[in-house]
Amino acid sequence: MSKLLSPNAGPASLPRRIMQQGRYETITMLRNGEQLILAVVLPLMALVGLVVTPLLDGLGGSRVDVATPGILALCAMSTAFTGQGIATGFDRRYGVLRFLSTTPLGRGGLIAGKILAVLVVLFLQVLVVGAVAGLLGWQPRLEAWLPAVGVLVLGAAAFTALGLLVAGTVRPEATLAITNLLWILLGALGGIVVPAERLPPLLQGIVQVLPSGALGQALRDAFLLGAVPFPAVVVLLLWTILAGAAAVRWFKWN
Amino acid sequence: MRSPDSPVLTINGLIKDVGPLASLDGKMLRVVSGLSLVAERGQVTALLGANGAGKTTTLECAQGLQKRTGGSISLLGADPDTAGADLRSRVGVMLQDGGLPPSARPIPLLRHVAGMYQKPMNVDALVERLGINQFSRTSVRRLSGGQKQRLALAAALIGNPEILFLDEPSAGLDPQSRQMVFELIAELRDAGMGIVLTTHLMDDAERLADYVYIIDGGHNVVEGTVAELLRHDHAADSAITDRTLYFDAPGGLDFTGAVSGGLQITETRSGSYSITGAITPKDLASLTAWWAERNIMPASLRLEARSLEDVFLDISGRDLR
Repeated sequence: MSKLLSPNAGPASLPRRIMQQGRYETITMLRNGEQLILAVVLPLMALVGLVVTPLLDGLGGSRVDVATPGILALCAMSTAFTGQGIATGFDRRYGVLRFLSTTPLGRGGLIAGKILAVLVVLFLQVLVVGAVAGLLGWQPRLEAWLPAVGVLVLGAAAFTALGLLVAGTVRPEATLAITNLLWILLGALGGIVVPAERLPPLLQGIVQVLPSGALGQALRDAFLLGAVPFPAVVVLLLWTILAGAAAVRWFKWN
Repeated sequence: MRSPDSPVLTINGLIKDVGPLASLDGKMLRVVSGLSLVAERGQVTALLGANGAGKTTTLECAQGLQKRTGGSISLLGADPDTAGADLRSRVGVMLQDGGLPPSARPIPLLRHVAGMYQKPMNVDALVERLGINQFSRTSVRRLSGGQKQRLALAAALIGNPEILFLDEPSAGLDPQSRQMVFELIAELRDAGMGIVLTTHLMDDAERLADYVYIIDGGHNVVEGTVAELLRHDHAADSAITDRTLYFDAPGGLDFTGAVSGGLQITETRSGSYSITGAITPKDLASLTAWWAERNIMPASLRLEARSLEDVFLDISGRDLR
C-alpha cells in the first residue's frame, strides 16, 4: 500500500464545502487590488463628492442621508456584478470552473460559494461605507435596516445573476470591458446614486425598470421613508429570475 | 490480462457531437464515434492517439464535464452525467490545461481542495513527494509548465481517488519531474488505484501503461497490452517490420547478397542506409563480413526493435488515412 494513499472516505458535508469555497473566494476578492478600488475606494469618493456638492439637495433629506443608500447600492453592483463577473470570467478561461466542478464541490457548490463570497464582501462594504457615512453625519433609522438588508441581498442576487450571465457567455476580456463599462454607465446614469428625478426626462422612465434604478430607489425609500416600494422589488425579482434562468441556460463552463 | 474485479470505467459505443458553433459550416461535428473501453483497478489504461483523435473529449464525457450524444458510460458503477458529490469524491481529475487559478499559491490551493473531502491525503506529504515545496511560495501564474503539471496532479490526488484521470500527464515535464511523476503513478497503480491517461507519446504508453487503446478518428482501432501490441502483426502488410538496422556508409553501395534475401534494403539519402525485416544474428555477421572484405567502416550503426510508435504509425497510416 502506498504511504500516501488511504481509503477514500467520501466528500466533506455540503455546508462545509460551500463554506470552504466561500472563504476561499472571499479572500481572493479581498486580495485583488483593482477589485478593492471598485468595491470601496470609488464608492467612498462618490459619497464624499455627493456630500460636498449640492447635487442631491431638495430630495427630502440631508445630502448624506440621500447619498448613502445609493452608495450602498453601488457597492452591491461593484461586488456582485463587476467583481464576481470578472473573477468568474477568468476562472472560466483558466479551466478553474471545470476543475472545481470535478471535485465534490460541483457546479452547484461553486455557485453557492460565489454567492456566499459576494454577501460577505458586501457586508464588509456596508460596515466601511456605513462608518464613513456616520462620520459625515448619516443617521439611518434603526427600523430601516431590516428591509434595507433584504433589498440589498435581493439586489446582490440580481447583479450576481447578471454578472454570471456575462461571464459565462463571452470571453473574459469582453466580460472585463462590459462589466466595467456598465458599472460606470449605470453608476452615473442608471438611477443608482443619482435618483431618477435628477436625471434627464428621457432616462427617468428607463431607469425605473433597470436593476440599478430599482435597487437605488428601494434602498433610498427604505432608509428615508421606512418603506420599500413594491414596484422596485418586483423589478429586482424579475431581473434575478430572468438573468438567473438565462445564466443557467447559456452559461458555458469551458 | 484484465483483472477480475469490477472495472473503474466502462465506456460502450460513446458518441459525441459538437456544434453547430464549433464547426465552420454550421453542421454538427462528430468528434467521438463509437468508442469503447474498459479500465480496471490497479492498472494504468492509456488512450494513445494523435492530437484531435478524440481522447480529451472521451475523458471529459467520462468525467461528466461534457454530455455525451450517445453510448453508455459507467464510472465506478454510476453514470457520470448524474454524478453527485459522493461519486465525485472518488474520482480524481487532472485536466490538460491544469484548471488552477493563476493568482493562487500552491499550498493554500491544495489545502482548499483538500477541504472538499472528508479524509484527504496529507498535504505536506504529497507536497514533499512531488517536490512542490521547491516552489511553494510562487503563484500559479509564474510556475513553469512542469511545476504546474505536478501541482495539478497533486490537486487531482488529494482526495484519495479510486480512479484517476490524467490528460497528457507528461506534457511540459523535464526528465527529472517526468521520472518523479511516473514513479508516483506506478506506486498508486500498485496500491490499487485505476488510472486512465491520454498521451500522444508512445514512450509514455510503453513505460506506464498496462493496457493501451489506440484511438484514431474518434474511435478505438486497436487495443492490448504493450507486449501484445508489439507482437501485433498485420500479416497481410509487408511493411510491418521486426527490426531496423540503420547505418551510414559511403553512398551508392549495392548490398545485394550481403544479407538474406527477405530483407529490405533502402538508401534513404546518399550514404544513409536502412535494412528492415526479420534480421537474424547471421545477417549481422554476414553484413559486417561484407564490410570487412571491402574495408568499409560505417560512420554510424544503430539497431532498433519495433516500437509502439511503429505499431501506431502502421495502424493509423494503414487503416485510416
